[in-house]
Amino acid sequence: MMNLFHINESLLNLILILLNIFAIIIPLFVSVAFLIYFERKVLAAIQLRRGPNVVGPFGLFQSFADAIKLITKENIIPRSSNKIVFILAPIITMVLSLIGWAVIPFSPGVVLADINVGIMYFFAISSLGVYGVIMAGWASNSQYPFLGALRSAAQMVSYEVSIGFVIISVLLCVGSLNLSKIVEAQEDIWFALPLLPMFIIFFISALAETNRLPFDLPEDEASLVAGFFTEYSSASFMLFFLGEYANMILMSAMTTILFLGGWLPLLNIEPFTLIPGPIWFILKTSFILFLFLWVRGTLPRYRYDQLMRLGWKVFLPFSLFWLVLTSSFLVFFDLLPK
Amino acid sequence: MTLYDLCFYFFSIVAVFSSLIVISAKNTVHSVLFLILSFINGSALFVLLGAEFLAMILIVVYVGAVAVLFLFVVMMLDINFVKIREGFLQYMPLGILLGVVLLTELILVLISKKMMSSGLVEYSSIPNFSQNENTKDLGEVLYTDYFLLFQLSGFILLIAMIGSITLTLRTRSGVKKQNIFDQVNLDSKNQIVKKKVPLNKGIE
Repeated sequence: MMNLFHINESLLNLILILLNIFAIIIPLFVSVAFLIYFERKVLAAIQLRRGPNVVGPFGLFQSFADAIKLITKENIIPRSSNKIVFILAPIITMVLSLIGWAVIPFSPGVVLADINVGIMYFFAISSLGVYGVIMAGWASNSQYPFLGALRSAAQMVSYEVSIGFVIISVLLCVGSLNLSKIVEAQEDIWFALPLLPMFIIFFISALAETNRLPFDLPEDEASLVAGFFTEYSSASFMLFFLGEYANMILMSAMTTILFLGGWLPLLNIEPFTLIPGPIWFILKTSFILFLFLWVRGTLPRYRYDQLMRLGWKVFLPFSLFWLVLTSSFLVFFDLLPK
Repeated sequence: MTLYDLCFYFFSIVAVFSSLIVISAKNTVHSVLFLILSFINGSALFVLLGAEFLAMILIVVYVGAVAVLFLFVVMMLDINFVKIREGFLQYMPLGILLGVVLLTELILVLISKKMMSSGLVEYSSIPNFSQNENTKDLGEVLYTDYFLLFQLSGFILLIAMIGSITLTLRTRSGVKKQNIFDQVNLDSKNQIVKKKVPLNKGIE
Protein backbone atom coordinates (compact mmCIF):
# COMPACT_ATOMS: atom_id res chain seq x y z
CA MET A 1 0.00 0.00 0.00
CA MET A 2 2.77 2.33 1.04
CA ASN A 3 4.69 1.51 -2.12
CA LEU A 4 1.73 2.32 -4.33
CA PHE A 5 1.40 5.66 -2.61
CA HIS A 6 5.05 6.43 -3.35
CA ILE A 7 4.61 5.62 -7.01
CA ASN A 8 1.56 7.85 -7.13
CA GLU A 9 3.52 10.65 -5.54
CA SER A 10 6.41 10.39 -7.97
CA LEU A 11 3.95 10.19 -10.87
CA LEU A 12 2.27 13.34 -9.58
CA ASN A 13 5.69 14.99 -9.42
CA LEU A 14 6.39 13.98 -12.99
CA ILE A 15 3.07 15.40 -14.18
CA LEU A 16 3.75 18.61 -12.27
CA ILE A 17 7.17 18.97 -13.93
CA LEU A 18 5.66 18.28 -17.35
CA LEU A 19 3.02 20.97 -16.74
CA ASN A 20 5.79 23.37 -15.69
CA ILE A 21 7.68 22.61 -18.90
CA PHE A 22 4.58 23.33 -20.97
CA ALA A 23 4.02 26.53 -19.03
CA ILE A 24 7.44 27.68 -20.25
CA ILE A 25 7.45 26.27 -23.79
CA ILE A 26 4.02 27.40 -24.99
CA PRO A 27 4.50 31.08 -24.08
CA LEU A 28 7.97 30.78 -25.61
CA PHE A 29 6.56 29.62 -28.96
CA VAL A 30 3.98 32.39 -28.91
CA SER A 31 6.66 34.96 -28.11
CA VAL A 32 8.82 33.62 -30.95
CA ALA A 33 5.89 34.18 -33.32
CA PHE A 34 5.43 37.72 -32.08
CA LEU A 35 9.17 38.37 -32.12
CA ILE A 36 9.21 37.58 -35.84
CA TYR A 37 6.27 39.94 -36.33
CA PHE A 38 7.99 42.58 -34.17
CA GLU A 39 11.21 42.20 -36.17
CA ARG A 40 9.41 42.74 -39.47
CA LYS A 41 7.58 45.77 -38.07
CA VAL A 42 10.78 47.32 -36.64
CA LEU A 43 12.70 46.76 -39.88
CA ALA A 44 9.77 48.21 -41.81
CA ALA A 45 9.75 51.29 -39.59
CA ILE A 46 13.49 51.74 -40.07
CA GLN A 47 13.11 51.44 -43.85
CA LEU A 48 9.94 53.63 -43.98
CA ARG A 49 7.67 50.74 -45.02
CA ARG A 50 4.47 49.40 -43.50
CA GLY A 51 5.52 45.83 -42.77
CA PRO A 52 3.00 42.97 -42.37
CA ASN A 53 -0.49 44.45 -42.07
CA VAL A 54 -2.89 42.09 -43.85
CA VAL A 55 -3.37 38.95 -41.73
CA GLY A 56 -5.43 39.78 -38.64
CA PRO A 57 -5.58 43.20 -36.93
CA PHE A 58 -2.35 45.12 -37.70
CA GLY A 59 -1.03 41.93 -39.30
CA LEU A 60 -0.62 40.33 -35.87
CA PHE A 61 -1.30 36.80 -37.13
CA GLN A 62 1.25 36.95 -39.95
CA SER A 63 3.73 34.61 -38.19
CA PHE A 64 1.03 32.01 -37.50
CA ALA A 65 -0.02 32.08 -41.14
CA ASP A 66 3.63 31.63 -42.15
CA ALA A 67 4.01 28.71 -39.74
CA ILE A 68 0.94 26.94 -41.15
CA LYS A 69 2.19 27.56 -44.66
CA LEU A 70 5.61 26.06 -43.82
CA ILE A 71 4.16 22.97 -42.12
CA THR A 72 1.85 22.14 -45.02
CA LYS A 73 4.64 22.34 -47.59
CA GLU A 74 6.44 19.27 -48.84
CA ASN A 75 9.56 18.32 -46.90
CA ILE A 76 12.35 17.72 -49.41
CA ILE A 77 15.33 15.59 -48.39
CA PRO A 78 18.14 15.69 -50.97
CA ARG A 79 19.00 12.25 -52.36
CA SER A 80 22.75 12.60 -51.77
CA SER A 81 22.35 13.83 -48.21
CA ASN A 82 23.12 11.82 -45.10
CA LYS A 83 19.48 11.38 -44.16
CA ILE A 84 19.64 10.63 -40.43
CA VAL A 85 22.03 13.48 -39.65
CA PHE A 86 20.08 15.74 -42.03
CA ILE A 87 16.85 15.19 -40.09
CA LEU A 88 18.60 15.23 -36.70
CA ALA A 89 20.25 18.65 -37.19
CA PRO A 90 17.15 20.90 -37.00
CA ILE A 91 15.78 18.83 -34.12
CA ILE A 92 19.01 19.37 -32.16
CA THR A 93 18.93 23.11 -32.85
CA MET A 94 15.34 23.34 -31.67
CA VAL A 95 15.81 21.20 -28.55
CA LEU A 96 18.96 23.05 -27.48
CA SER A 97 17.19 26.39 -27.76
CA LEU A 98 14.43 25.05 -25.49
CA ILE A 99 16.36 23.24 -22.74
CA GLY A 100 18.34 26.37 -21.86
CA TRP A 101 15.12 27.81 -20.43
CA ALA A 102 15.11 25.25 -17.62
CA VAL A 103 17.42 27.40 -15.47
CA ILE A 104 16.08 30.88 -16.25
CA PRO A 105 14.51 32.48 -13.14
CA PHE A 106 11.50 34.65 -14.04
CA SER A 107 10.94 35.99 -10.53
CA PRO A 108 12.09 34.95 -7.02
CA GLY A 109 11.65 31.17 -6.81
CA VAL A 110 9.88 30.90 -10.17
CA VAL A 111 12.34 28.65 -12.00
CA LEU A 112 12.04 25.11 -13.33
CA ALA A 113 15.43 23.86 -12.10
CA ASP A 114 17.13 25.98 -9.44
CA ILE A 115 20.52 24.29 -9.78
CA ASN A 116 23.83 25.42 -8.28
CA VAL A 117 25.64 25.56 -11.59
CA GLY A 118 22.91 27.40 -13.52
CA ILE A 119 25.25 29.68 -15.42
CA MET A 120 27.57 26.79 -16.32
CA TYR A 121 24.56 24.88 -17.60
CA PHE A 122 23.61 27.82 -19.80
CA PHE A 123 27.18 28.10 -21.06
CA ALA A 124 27.31 24.38 -21.85
CA ILE A 125 23.99 24.53 -23.73
CA SER A 126 25.04 27.55 -25.76
CA SER A 127 28.34 25.86 -26.64
CA LEU A 128 26.38 22.85 -27.94
CA GLY A 129 24.38 25.09 -30.27
CA VAL A 130 27.03 24.84 -32.96
CA TYR A 131 26.29 21.14 -33.56
CA GLY A 132 22.91 21.75 -35.16
CA VAL A 133 24.54 24.06 -37.68
CA ILE A 134 27.63 21.98 -38.41
CA MET A 135 25.61 18.76 -38.77
CA ALA A 136 23.16 20.46 -41.12
CA GLY A 137 26.00 21.77 -43.26
CA TRP A 138 27.76 18.44 -43.49
CA ALA A 139 24.68 16.26 -43.99
CA SER A 140 23.34 18.44 -46.83
CA ASN A 141 26.31 17.30 -48.94
CA SER A 142 26.40 20.55 -50.85
CA GLN A 143 28.93 23.38 -51.10
CA TYR A 144 27.05 26.38 -49.73
CA PRO A 145 25.72 24.69 -46.60
CA PHE A 146 29.15 23.24 -45.93
CA LEU A 147 30.85 26.63 -46.17
CA GLY A 148 28.18 28.09 -43.91
CA ALA A 149 28.72 25.34 -41.36
CA LEU A 150 32.50 25.87 -41.32
CA ARG A 151 32.07 29.59 -40.86
CA SER A 152 29.59 29.07 -38.07
CA ALA A 153 31.75 26.54 -36.22
CA ALA A 154 34.78 28.85 -36.20
CA GLN A 155 32.69 31.88 -35.32
CA MET A 156 30.81 30.34 -32.40
CA VAL A 157 33.93 28.79 -30.87
CA SER A 158 35.74 32.15 -31.09
CA TYR A 159 33.05 34.23 -29.43
CA GLU A 160 32.40 31.67 -26.71
CA VAL A 161 35.83 32.47 -25.28
CA SER A 162 35.01 36.10 -24.58
CA ILE A 163 31.52 35.15 -23.32
CA GLY A 164 33.28 32.86 -20.85
CA PHE A 165 35.47 35.68 -19.55
CA VAL A 166 32.45 37.99 -19.22
CA ILE A 167 30.59 35.35 -17.24
CA ILE A 168 33.59 34.81 -14.95
CA SER A 169 33.87 38.52 -14.18
CA VAL A 170 30.17 38.61 -13.27
CA LEU A 171 30.63 35.52 -11.11
CA LEU A 172 33.48 37.22 -9.25
CA CYS A 173 31.06 39.95 -8.18
CA VAL A 174 28.39 37.45 -7.13
CA GLY A 175 30.22 34.52 -5.58
CA SER A 176 27.75 31.92 -6.82
CA LEU A 177 26.90 30.13 -10.06
CA ASN A 178 23.20 30.11 -9.26
CA LEU A 179 21.22 32.42 -11.57
CA SER A 180 18.76 33.49 -8.85
CA LYS A 181 21.67 34.55 -6.65
CA ILE A 182 23.19 36.47 -9.56
CA VAL A 183 19.99 38.51 -9.80
CA GLU A 184 19.78 38.96 -6.01
CA ALA A 185 23.35 40.30 -5.96
CA GLN A 186 22.20 43.20 -8.16
CA GLU A 187 19.74 44.64 -5.62
CA ASP A 188 21.97 47.66 -5.01
CA ILE A 189 23.25 48.25 -8.51
CA TRP A 190 22.78 46.46 -11.82
CA PHE A 191 26.00 44.99 -13.15
CA ALA A 192 25.47 46.87 -16.42
CA LEU A 193 26.89 50.00 -14.73
CA PRO A 194 30.08 48.82 -12.98
CA LEU A 195 30.79 46.25 -15.72
CA LEU A 196 29.66 48.37 -18.66
CA PRO A 197 32.43 47.26 -21.09
CA MET A 198 31.69 43.62 -20.25
CA PHE A 199 27.97 44.26 -20.87
CA ILE A 200 28.77 45.60 -24.34
CA ILE A 201 31.13 42.70 -25.11
CA PHE A 202 28.51 40.21 -23.96
CA PHE A 203 25.85 41.81 -26.12
CA ILE A 204 28.05 41.81 -29.24
CA SER A 205 29.19 38.24 -28.57
CA ALA A 206 25.54 37.25 -28.16
CA LEU A 207 24.92 38.65 -31.65
CA ALA A 208 27.74 36.48 -32.99
CA GLU A 209 26.65 33.44 -30.98
CA THR A 210 23.09 33.58 -32.34
CA ASN A 211 24.33 34.23 -35.92
CA ARG A 212 22.55 37.57 -36.09
CA LEU A 213 23.54 40.54 -38.18
CA PRO A 214 26.15 42.01 -38.44
CA PHE A 215 27.68 38.55 -37.83
CA ASP A 216 25.27 36.38 -39.84
CA LEU A 217 28.01 35.01 -42.11
CA PRO A 218 26.87 31.37 -41.70
CA GLU A 219 23.69 32.27 -43.61
CA ASP A 220 25.10 35.13 -45.64
CA GLU A 221 22.48 35.31 -48.42
CA ALA A 222 24.64 37.48 -50.65
CA SER A 223 27.35 34.82 -51.05
CA LEU A 224 26.02 31.51 -49.67
CA VAL A 225 22.35 31.45 -50.82
CA ALA A 226 21.04 30.68 -47.33
CA GLY A 227 24.15 29.20 -45.71
CA PHE A 228 23.75 26.04 -43.69
CA PHE A 229 19.99 25.66 -44.28
CA THR A 230 20.05 26.07 -48.04
CA GLU A 231 18.81 22.50 -48.57
CA TYR A 232 16.12 22.61 -45.90
CA SER A 233 12.45 23.09 -46.59
CA SER A 234 9.10 22.95 -44.87
CA ALA A 235 8.98 21.83 -41.22
CA SER A 236 12.72 21.21 -40.88
CA PHE A 237 13.39 24.75 -42.10
CA MET A 238 10.84 25.99 -39.59
CA LEU A 239 12.61 24.17 -36.77
CA PHE A 240 15.84 26.01 -37.62
CA PHE A 241 13.97 29.28 -37.80
CA LEU A 242 12.16 28.74 -34.49
CA GLY A 243 15.36 27.52 -32.82
CA GLU A 244 17.27 30.58 -33.93
CA TYR A 245 14.66 33.00 -32.60
CA ALA A 246 14.19 31.05 -29.36
CA ASN A 247 17.96 31.24 -28.96
CA MET A 248 17.81 34.99 -29.47
CA ILE A 249 15.23 35.32 -26.70
CA LEU A 250 17.32 33.04 -24.47
CA MET A 251 20.41 35.17 -25.02
CA SER A 252 18.43 38.35 -24.27
CA ALA A 253 17.03 36.80 -21.10
CA MET A 254 20.57 35.87 -20.10
CA THR A 255 21.82 39.41 -20.73
CA THR A 256 18.95 40.64 -18.56
CA ILE A 257 19.85 38.26 -15.74
CA LEU A 258 23.59 38.92 -15.87
CA PHE A 259 23.58 42.69 -16.33
CA LEU A 260 20.12 44.24 -16.03
CA GLY A 261 19.03 42.74 -12.72
CA GLY A 262 16.53 40.14 -13.96
CA TRP A 263 13.18 40.64 -12.22
CA LEU A 264 14.34 43.61 -10.11
CA PRO A 265 12.56 46.95 -10.66
CA LEU A 266 14.34 49.92 -12.19
CA LEU A 267 14.46 51.78 -8.87
CA ASN A 268 13.50 50.34 -5.52
CA ILE A 269 10.79 52.96 -4.83
CA GLU A 270 6.99 53.07 -4.90
CA PRO A 271 5.75 53.35 -8.52
CA PHE A 272 8.35 50.89 -9.82
CA THR A 273 7.94 48.25 -7.12
CA LEU A 274 4.19 47.97 -7.86
CA ILE A 275 4.92 46.28 -11.19
CA PRO A 276 5.47 42.53 -10.58
CA GLY A 277 8.87 40.93 -11.19
CA PRO A 278 8.05 38.83 -14.30
CA ILE A 279 6.75 41.95 -16.06
CA TRP A 280 10.07 43.70 -15.40
CA PHE A 281 11.89 40.63 -16.67
CA ILE A 282 9.84 40.58 -19.89
CA LEU A 283 10.25 44.33 -20.39
CA LYS A 284 14.04 44.17 -20.05
CA THR A 285 14.28 41.12 -22.32
CA SER A 286 12.15 42.89 -24.92
CA PHE A 287 14.43 45.90 -24.72
CA ILE A 288 17.50 43.74 -25.46
CA LEU A 289 15.59 42.06 -28.29
CA PHE A 290 14.79 45.49 -29.70
CA LEU A 291 18.53 46.24 -29.64
CA PHE A 292 19.10 43.00 -31.64
CA LEU A 293 16.63 44.18 -34.28
CA TRP A 294 17.90 47.75 -34.27
CA VAL A 295 21.43 46.51 -34.93
CA ARG A 296 20.10 44.39 -37.80
CA GLY A 297 18.37 47.38 -39.36
CA THR A 298 21.39 49.65 -39.01
CA LEU A 299 24.71 47.87 -39.55
CA PRO A 300 26.15 46.23 -42.66
CA ARG A 301 27.51 42.68 -42.51
CA TYR A 302 31.08 42.12 -41.30
CA ARG A 303 33.70 40.59 -43.55
CA TYR A 304 34.84 37.19 -42.23
CA ASP A 305 38.42 38.24 -41.41
CA GLN A 306 37.09 41.32 -39.61
CA LEU A 307 34.82 39.10 -37.58
CA MET A 308 37.71 36.86 -36.51
CA ARG A 309 39.91 39.85 -35.79
CA LEU A 310 37.25 41.36 -33.56
CA GLY A 311 36.77 38.12 -31.67
CA TRP A 312 40.37 37.11 -31.10
CA LYS A 313 42.38 40.32 -31.26
CA VAL A 314 40.00 42.81 -29.66
CA PHE A 315 37.45 41.06 -27.42
CA LEU A 316 39.65 38.29 -26.05
CA PRO A 317 42.53 40.51 -24.79
CA PHE A 318 40.16 43.20 -23.59
CA SER A 319 37.87 40.86 -21.66
CA LEU A 320 40.92 39.15 -20.15
CA PHE A 321 42.29 42.54 -19.09
CA TRP A 322 38.95 43.60 -17.63
CA LEU A 323 38.67 40.29 -15.78
CA VAL A 324 42.04 40.89 -14.12
CA LEU A 325 41.03 44.48 -13.38
CA THR A 326 37.73 43.41 -11.81
CA SER A 327 39.33 40.79 -9.61
CA SER A 328 42.15 43.12 -8.48
CA PHE A 329 39.60 45.82 -7.69
CA LEU A 330 37.52 43.39 -5.66
CA VAL A 331 40.55 42.10 -3.77
CA PHE A 332 42.05 45.56 -3.16
CA PHE A 333 38.85 47.07 -1.74
CA ASP A 334 37.96 43.82 0.03
CA LEU A 335 34.64 43.58 -1.81
CA LEU A 336 34.83 39.89 -2.69
CA PRO A 337 31.60 38.09 -1.78
CA LYS A 338 32.04 35.87 1.25
CA MET B 1 15.29 -0.65 -8.53
CA THR B 2 14.99 3.06 -7.92
CA LEU B 3 14.81 5.83 -10.48
CA TYR B 4 18.45 6.60 -9.69
CA ASP B 5 19.57 3.08 -10.64
CA LEU B 6 17.46 3.19 -13.77
CA CYS B 7 19.12 6.45 -14.83
CA PHE B 8 22.56 5.09 -14.04
CA TYR B 9 22.10 1.94 -16.12
CA PHE B 10 20.54 3.87 -18.98
CA PHE B 11 23.35 6.41 -19.20
CA SER B 12 26.16 3.89 -18.74
CA ILE B 13 24.73 1.48 -21.32
CA VAL B 14 24.36 4.29 -23.86
CA ALA B 15 27.88 5.51 -23.04
CA VAL B 16 29.41 2.05 -23.53
CA PHE B 17 27.54 1.33 -26.74
CA SER B 18 28.26 4.72 -28.28
CA SER B 19 31.95 4.26 -27.43
CA LEU B 20 31.84 0.91 -29.22
CA ILE B 21 30.31 2.56 -32.27
CA VAL B 22 33.03 5.24 -32.15
CA ILE B 23 35.68 2.62 -32.93
CA SER B 24 33.57 0.49 -35.27
CA ALA B 25 31.67 3.03 -37.39
CA LYS B 26 32.69 3.18 -41.05
CA ASN B 27 31.97 6.87 -41.43
CA THR B 28 34.39 9.02 -39.41
CA VAL B 29 31.86 11.83 -38.92
CA HIS B 30 29.47 9.31 -37.37
CA SER B 31 32.32 8.23 -35.10
CA VAL B 32 32.78 11.78 -33.84
CA LEU B 33 29.04 12.24 -33.35
CA PHE B 34 28.91 9.07 -31.24
CA LEU B 35 31.97 10.27 -29.33
CA ILE B 36 29.96 13.38 -28.46
CA LEU B 37 27.04 11.18 -27.36
CA SER B 38 29.31 9.23 -25.04
CA PHE B 39 30.76 12.48 -23.61
CA ILE B 40 27.25 13.70 -22.86
CA ASN B 41 26.37 10.42 -21.17
CA GLY B 42 29.57 10.65 -19.14
CA SER B 43 28.54 14.08 -17.97
CA ALA B 44 25.09 12.74 -17.06
CA LEU B 45 26.84 10.10 -14.92
CA PHE B 46 28.78 12.92 -13.22
CA VAL B 47 25.47 14.61 -12.42
CA LEU B 48 24.20 11.36 -10.88
CA LEU B 49 27.36 11.28 -8.71
CA GLY B 50 26.59 14.78 -7.49
CA ALA B 51 29.56 16.32 -9.30
CA GLU B 52 27.55 18.90 -11.23
CA PHE B 53 30.47 21.27 -11.82
CA LEU B 54 32.58 18.54 -13.43
CA ALA B 55 29.60 17.50 -15.54
CA MET B 56 29.18 21.01 -16.95
CA ILE B 57 32.93 21.46 -17.48
CA LEU B 58 33.03 18.15 -19.37
CA ILE B 59 30.36 19.43 -21.75
CA VAL B 60 31.85 22.92 -22.14
CA VAL B 61 35.42 21.75 -22.75
CA TYR B 62 35.10 18.40 -24.50
CA VAL B 63 31.79 18.68 -26.33
CA GLY B 64 31.70 22.43 -26.85
CA ALA B 65 35.30 22.95 -27.95
CA VAL B 66 37.41 19.82 -28.48
CA ALA B 67 34.80 17.75 -30.31
CA VAL B 68 33.82 20.71 -32.49
CA LEU B 69 37.40 20.97 -33.72
CA PHE B 70 37.52 17.18 -34.18
CA LEU B 71 34.39 17.33 -36.28
CA PHE B 72 35.82 20.30 -38.14
CA VAL B 73 38.95 18.39 -39.13
CA VAL B 74 37.27 15.05 -39.79
CA MET B 75 34.63 16.60 -42.03
CA MET B 76 37.29 18.00 -44.31
CA LEU B 77 39.41 14.87 -44.54
CA ASP B 78 39.16 12.84 -47.71
CA ILE B 79 39.32 9.35 -46.29
CA ASN B 80 39.40 6.14 -48.25
CA PHE B 81 37.59 3.72 -45.95
CA VAL B 82 38.75 0.60 -47.78
CA LYS B 83 42.38 1.60 -47.37
CA ILE B 84 41.96 2.10 -43.64
CA ARG B 85 40.46 -1.36 -43.24
CA GLU B 86 43.39 -3.01 -45.03
CA GLY B 87 45.74 -3.22 -42.05
CA PHE B 88 42.96 -4.09 -39.62
CA LEU B 89 43.76 -7.80 -39.16
CA GLN B 90 47.48 -7.13 -39.08
CA TYR B 91 47.24 -4.76 -36.12
CA MET B 92 44.43 -6.54 -34.29
CA PRO B 93 46.61 -8.90 -32.15
CA LEU B 94 48.64 -5.94 -30.85
CA GLY B 95 45.47 -4.00 -30.08
CA ILE B 96 43.91 -6.91 -28.24
CA LEU B 97 47.13 -7.43 -26.26
CA LEU B 98 47.19 -3.77 -25.18
CA GLY B 99 43.52 -3.94 -24.23
CA VAL B 100 43.99 -7.08 -22.15
CA VAL B 101 47.00 -5.59 -20.34
CA LEU B 102 45.06 -2.43 -19.52
CA LEU B 103 42.02 -4.38 -18.33
CA THR B 104 44.16 -6.63 -16.11
CA GLU B 105 45.82 -3.60 -14.57
CA LEU B 106 42.47 -2.02 -13.81
CA ILE B 107 41.11 -5.19 -12.26
CA LEU B 108 44.30 -5.69 -10.21
CA VAL B 109 44.08 -2.18 -8.85
CA LEU B 110 40.48 -2.67 -7.86
CA ILE B 111 40.82 -6.08 -6.19
CA SER B 112 44.25 -5.97 -4.59
CA LYS B 113 44.21 -5.83 -0.79
CA LYS B 114 47.48 -3.92 -0.72
CA MET B 115 46.02 -1.01 -2.65
CA MET B 116 43.05 -0.92 -0.31
CA SER B 117 45.20 -0.93 2.80
CA SER B 118 47.59 1.73 1.49
CA GLY B 119 44.69 4.15 1.31
CA LEU B 120 45.35 5.02 -2.30
CA VAL B 121 41.96 3.88 -3.51
CA GLU B 122 40.10 5.60 -0.71
CA TYR B 123 42.05 8.73 -1.36
CA SER B 124 41.02 8.85 -4.99
CA SER B 125 37.38 7.97 -4.46
CA ILE B 126 34.66 10.60 -4.07
CA PRO B 127 35.89 13.22 -1.60
CA ASN B 128 33.70 14.15 1.29
CA PHE B 129 32.13 17.24 -0.20
CA SER B 130 29.40 19.16 1.52
CA GLN B 131 26.04 18.70 -0.13
CA ASN B 132 25.18 22.17 -1.35
CA GLU B 133 28.01 23.87 -3.26
CA ASN B 134 30.11 21.49 -5.28
CA THR B 135 32.00 24.26 -7.07
CA LYS B 136 33.08 25.95 -3.88
CA ASP B 137 34.39 22.71 -2.36
CA LEU B 138 36.32 21.90 -5.50
CA GLY B 139 37.87 25.36 -5.54
CA GLU B 140 38.82 25.15 -1.87
CA VAL B 141 40.71 21.91 -2.47
CA LEU B 142 42.23 22.96 -5.78
CA TYR B 143 43.53 26.38 -4.73
CA THR B 144 44.94 25.31 -1.34
CA ASP B 145 46.23 21.72 -1.13
CA TYR B 146 46.93 21.23 -4.82
CA PHE B 147 47.81 24.78 -5.74
CA LEU B 148 51.27 24.00 -7.14
CA LEU B 149 50.06 21.06 -9.21
CA PHE B 150 47.20 23.17 -10.50
CA GLN B 151 49.54 25.97 -11.57
CA LEU B 152 51.92 23.46 -13.10
CA SER B 153 49.21 21.91 -15.26
CA GLY B 154 48.23 25.40 -16.33
CA PHE B 155 51.79 26.10 -17.43
CA ILE B 156 51.99 22.83 -19.32
CA LEU B 157 48.86 23.80 -21.23
CA LEU B 158 50.30 27.24 -21.90
CA ILE B 159 53.50 25.72 -23.30
CA ALA B 160 51.47 23.37 -25.49
CA MET B 161 49.51 26.35 -26.79
CA ILE B 162 52.64 28.39 -27.55
CA GLY B 163 54.14 25.35 -29.27
CA SER B 164 51.18 24.82 -31.55
CA ILE B 165 51.05 28.51 -32.40
CA THR B 166 54.73 28.62 -33.34
CA LEU B 167 54.28 25.48 -35.45
CA THR B 168 51.58 27.10 -37.56
CA LEU B 169 53.04 30.61 -37.63
CA ARG B 170 54.62 31.53 -40.94
CA THR B 171 55.33 34.84 -42.57
CA ARG B 172 54.45 35.01 -46.21
CA SER B 173 55.42 37.85 -48.48
CA GLY B 174 52.97 39.49 -50.84
CA VAL B 175 49.94 39.05 -48.60
CA LYS B 176 47.59 42.01 -48.72
CA LYS B 177 46.37 42.61 -45.22
CA GLN B 178 44.14 45.26 -43.77
CA ASN B 179 45.88 47.28 -41.08
CA ILE B 180 43.05 49.03 -39.28
CA PHE B 181 45.40 51.07 -37.11
CA ASP B 182 47.12 52.53 -40.20
CA GLN B 183 43.81 53.18 -41.90
CA VAL B 184 42.37 55.07 -38.98
CA ASN B 185 45.54 57.11 -38.47
CA LEU B 186 45.76 58.36 -42.05
CA ASP B 187 46.16 62.10 -42.35
CA SER B 188 43.37 63.39 -44.55
CA LYS B 189 45.51 66.29 -45.87
CA ASN B 190 48.09 64.09 -47.59
CA GLN B 191 45.62 61.73 -49.25
CA ILE B 192 44.91 63.76 -52.38
CA VAL B 193 47.93 65.11 -54.23
CA LYS B 194 47.60 67.53 -57.10
CA LYS B 195 50.04 66.77 -59.92
CA LYS B 196 50.69 68.33 -63.23
CA VAL B 197 50.45 65.63 -65.92
CA PRO B 198 52.59 66.21 -69.03
CA LEU B 199 50.67 65.69 -72.27
CA ASN B 200 51.12 62.29 -73.99
CA LYS B 201 53.47 61.09 -71.25
CA GLY B 202 51.44 60.54 -68.13
CA ILE B 203 52.82 59.90 -64.70
CA GLU B 204 53.44 56.82 -62.67
